[in-house]
Amino acid sequence: MSRLKILTEHINKPEITGIEGYIKNGGYRSVEKALKKMQPDEVTEEVKKSGLRGRGGAGFPTGMKWSFIFKGSDKPRYLLCNADESEPGTFKDRLLMEKIPHLLVEGMIVSSFALGVRTAYIYIRGEYMYIMHILQQAIDEAYAKGYLGENVLGSSYSLDLHVHPGGGAYICGEETALIESLEGKRGNPRIKPPFPAVEGLWGCPTIVNNVETICKVPFIINEGGEAYAKIGIGASTGTKLISACGNINKPGVYEIELGVPVEEFIYSDEYCGGIKGGKQLKALVPGGSSVPILPQRLITTTAKGEPRLMSYESLADGGFATGSMLGSGGFIVFDEDQCVVRNTWNFSRFYHHESCGQCSPCREGTGWMEKILHRLEHGHGRMEDIDLLWDVQRKIEGNTICPFGDAAAWPVAAAIRHFRDEFEWHVLQPQEATRRNYGMGRSAEPIEQVTV
Amino acid sequence: MPKVTIDNITIDVAPGTTILNAARMIGENVPPAMCYYSKLKGSGGKCRVCLVKVTKSSEQNPRGMPKLVASCCTQIADGMVVENVTSPEVIEARKGVVELLLINHPLDCPVCDQAGECHLQDLSYEHGAATTRYDFGRRTFDKIDIGPYIQLHMTRCILCYRCVYVADQLTNERRHGIINRGDAAEISTYIQNVIDNDFSGNVIDVCPVGALTDKTFRFKSRVWFTKPMNAHRNCDKCSGKVTLWFQGEEVLRVTGRKDNYGEVDEFICNTCRFETKQKSDWVIEGPRRIDTHSVIAQNHLPYELDVVHPQIEAAQ
Repeated sequence: MSRLKILTEHINKPEITGIEGYIKNGGYRSVEKALKKMQPDEVTEEVKKSGLRGRGGAGFPTGMKWSFIFKGSDKPRYLLCNADESEPGTFKDRLLMEKIPHLLVEGMIVSSFALGVRTAYIYIRGEYMYIMHILQQAIDEAYAKGYLGENVLGSSYSLDLHVHPGGGAYICGEETALIESLEGKRGNPRIKPPFPAVEGLWGCPTIVNNVETICKVPFIINEGGEAYAKIGIGASTGTKLISACGNINKPGVYEIELGVPVEEFIYSDEYCGGIKGGKQLKALVPGGSSVPILPQRLITTTAKGEPRLMSYESLADGGFATGSMLGSGGFIVFDEDQCVVRNTWNFSRFYHHESCGQCSPCREGTGWMEKILHRLEHGHGRMEDIDLLWDVQRKIEGNTICPFGDAAAWPVAAAIRHFRDEFEWHVLQPQEATRRNYGMGRSAEPIEQVTV
Repeated sequence: MPKVTIDNITIDVAPGTTILNAARMIGENVPPAMCYYSKLKGSGGKCRVCLVKVTKSSEQNPRGMPKLVASCCTQIADGMVVENVTSPEVIEARKGVVELLLINHPLDCPVCDQAGECHLQDLSYEHGAATTRYDFGRRTFDKIDIGPYIQLHMTRCILCYRCVYVADQLTNERRHGIINRGDAAEISTYIQNVIDNDFSGNVIDVCPVGALTDKTFRFKSRVWFTKPMNAHRNCDKCSGKVTLWFQGEEVLRVTGRKDNYGEVDEFICNTCRFETKQKSDWVIEGPRRIDTHSVIAQNHLPYELDVVHPQIEAAQ
């Protein structure tokens, strides 16, 4: 059976970028269907039935998020598409927006219709400026064809869609920081509550969704929420774009049906095609730099001995002690020659650089973690540094305004949890550690039975 | 009225009250606050020292909150149960936050003008360890000249944003703000600019540390060698109600009247603060009570708050 593709079926057709080619391949059907045959609440109901979960990382049910939008005031409502994709290891939205921009525009129209939105924004990261021009062209074409603007397709519904670039800050991918940035302010996350669904952009009810989430909506409207819910496994319905990179034979973006075994995803020729050079698998970051790293013994099987699947539940199985998260789908594979300490240092360098500096644990803690890791990696570490690092991450996690603090702390915690021997080796053999990497270490040893 | 229980003490408070303000109404075991300032709208949530544990969210929802919450910006709900000093988890987290606040803060209280009335100093006595585990270079900045009256030294700043809110809410034009991000973030007038308006001096009063200090007072004396007296004068710009800090007969400094939480009752103008430093400019009301825990009370007996003592007035 060929793989089911919802988003990427036509992605390699050259004509798909333009509106004519997109319509020829079945595009904008969902707009016609939703506007002519459905009520806004019916659209939301279909999305609820589909079990679609937010693809930005947290995996919150989209239909439920939509139903939270505050309808008790006559303030305008806004839909924002979060295209500020900047997590290290994640590059899936870029592909969608670059190759098939009209899918996003179509999704935005249907979603805006469902939410009663008259003005919607796509907030794109500043580094994707060339994609912004692609999107702008798609939006202009949609206006010309009557899919956007006053009285869409002759109905009473009107929608304006704008694309707005960010200034190059990872934190603006946090929804309230994104709103602040869009308002023209410094991109500091807001204190919640109030949540954006009640008080968001310019104090009005606002929904923020990821690009991939929005791009799923046309399929759900065309084929029905139940049809979408049949794809996938359990509460992880549908397909997910995985951006695979690292030491694999075929890095790239893959659309998978949720529930594919991790082993199959790494080794089958259909996906990553195995580890480059036939080396051993050492570690895996399954969902972008923020999620806990997994050692070899926990990648293909869970701590319970079940096969690990690419789904929200299976990847999180075992909690943080023996599991990880699906996150945004930034799938980073490490082979036996990679250094976990160096990688952890690299990640915390990123978080140190990107912390907004608003709340103290994250502002001070991310810098401290980076400095300790730098010392460990460069052969100046001390044994007590490892415990210190553990303690610092614990004091950041959960104590910050936004989830950025957690995202900075988790990779450090997981690296120490699973690769402590490698950290210790860096301390004990500082000279050698600057010349060569540690190798597999204990990560390949069979799993001890742990109770969680 | 909704009931809230903080550290086993129950109190009725108005809907919409924050946990911190409810604790202040109880008056015992009040969480510390470095960034929240009740007179400044929108302040709070940033320093994270006021974290508390909510063990029961409300009467309807008996579950607690999964993470510690900032008490200054979390509203109470009927039946809410909060643990502050009774929770070891809270104490540990707070200790952690204080440690993080201190890693880039110079530990040179002996030469800092804020010493003796510094909230970070109080907090580190209460929660900090005697030694630091941070052995890297600390973040330092050059002192920035922002006008004739105020000295900005970013090295001591903890980025509480209070001075930004003061400029937004008290003055017509804000000339300073936060530039850069992460631990490179700083208060700046970008590019060097003079902050010049009638109420700019209030940034000194709201600053919880010694980042913004009074140039007319810097290094004149230590605060615990000065005697605070409440005084007033007729002022056409502000209420004119101030605290004068005397050394002998000389007025060394003028500030707003600060309450137990270090918050001024009323903001005062620059004329009162910087330009009227003769004792004859003022009507002295009497000595100001200083909390006995404060080092400022070291040389003084505690007096009742805001009571005019006739014998003192007569003596003057």
